[in-house]
Amino acid sequence: MKRLTFIFILSFLFLAGNAQKYMTKNGYIGFFSHTPMEDIKADNNQVAGVLDISTGDMVFQALIKSFHFDRALMEEHFNENYMESDKIPKASFKGKITNPASVNFTKNGVYEVTVEGDLTIHNATNKISTKGTIEVVTGGINASSKFKIIPEDYKITIPGVVRDKFDKSMEVTVNMKYAPVENK
Amino acid sequence: MKRLPLIILLILIPAGIFAQDDLMNLLDQNSPKEINYTTATFKSTRVLNGHSIERMPAGQLDVRISHRFGAINSGAYNFFGLDQFTNVRLGLEYGITNWLMIGVGRGSYEKTFDGFAKFSVLRQSTGAKVMPLSLSVFSSVALKSLKFTDPARTNYFSSRLAYVAQILIARKFNQSFSFQLTPTYIHRNLVATEFDPNDLMSIGAGGRIKLSKRISFNAEYYYLVNPKTYLSQQVYNPLSLGFDIETGGHVFQLFFTNSVAMIEKGIIGETTGSWAKGDIHFGFNISRVFTLKKEKKPVAN
Repeated sequence: MKRLTFIFILSFLFLAGNAQKYMTKNGYIGFFSHTPMEDIKADNNQVAGVLDISTGDMVFQALIKSFHFDRALMEEHFNENYMESDKIPKASFKGKITNPASVNFTKNGVYEVTVEGDLTIHNATNKISTKGTIEVVTGGINASSKFKIIPEDYKITIPGVVRDKFDKSMEVTVNMKYAPVENK
Repeated sequence: MKRLPLIILLILIPAGIFAQDDLMNLLDQNSPKEINYTTATFKSTRVLNGHSIERMPAGQLDVRISHRFGAINSGAYNFFGLDQFTNVRLGLEYGITNWLMIGVGRGSYEKTFDGFAKFSVLRQSTGAKVMPLSLSVFSSVALKSLKFTDPARTNYFSSRLAYVAQILIARKFNQSFSFQLTPTYIHRNLVATEFDPNDLMSIGAGGRIKLSKRISFNAEYYYLVNPKTYLSQQVYNPLSLGFDIETGGHVFQLFFTNSVAMIEKGIIGETTGSWAKGDIHFGFNISRVFTLKKEKKPVAN
């Protein structure tokens, strides 16, 4: 009995120490909203993210100022008036793959997953749940998803004058290419 | 002894619960410190009348239409100056790179063409690189195309020209307050009389206080260092007070000023109106920015 516990703990320690973590520092998050006047579109290619395949936990972190628009004025308004990025520089996501068992991380292929967690933008946190795909490739993991968010859920106020310019929701695209984290 | 493994287990369980925070910490440790450049020290490339630290980003064209109406003390018959709608400057201003902009304009005041360049030398930033203020260098040439007053004498083309050099130093103290100092040097090739100096020195100060996310109150003053009694014409230091109003695609600047010119050479050196006597002009600038060249971005991976 004693030995069993010991082995159990040892294996637990082993798992914890050799956690299967994958990371990226230049993941992609973009958002898009079509309006009759002009499309609102921004791309961020410097999103950091970690995926722990042993638990299915995943986190993202994006600097708001790293979202770039075609129109510099729009980018300035985004930072100054909507996101207040000097005060609130980051957006983040903390969540997990709810069905990690359906992914075989040792075999190349594309797997459907559901991700659930807390999305924090503009210091406001909402629970989101979205479908996505995990693609296991040699030497890495790609994750991607598309979902919609409503700016007002994140206390991003859109003034009456320009409200008509916005679609109610923004389509968010996530594309991450993870590489394994080297264990120290 | 039997209890020890249990304790270890108990210690490890909460560690598992906070796994996502651990992942977050891992990210924080691995993300490099970024340089966080201060943006929007001023809403537009002008404080009100004179230039601000801001420049157009690369590939963006600013089309500007500026008006100064007549003086308020011209009375009710002229509807306090609003009937006098003849003082206009049209400008096209373009960002070549993110640190260099150029512009050309034509103003009614003395039928003047002007061209300028503005370089961004220092940018206020925090994070990996800390820079407490922004500094730009501004230089312009003004060409007065008004007919020479005395066509009989030999008039040179160079007599039409005046030059301006400015150093713009600004700091955005917080979200709502920005302040700028503007040492200015003006050289005029030809002046009205021999008593007038060809060279003028001035120190300008300007600032803004944001009243809401889209409206700010701005003030701007230039102090002329040269003794004014030496000039053939009584000139006053230009003072402008007004508002920046920003809508989706436009920036409107609505203000009151004692200056009728819309370029530095005229604003600083040739303002003959006095606030005290009511020579106050209502004026506005409209700025509309067009994107001519899209920034090259890496394609989504």
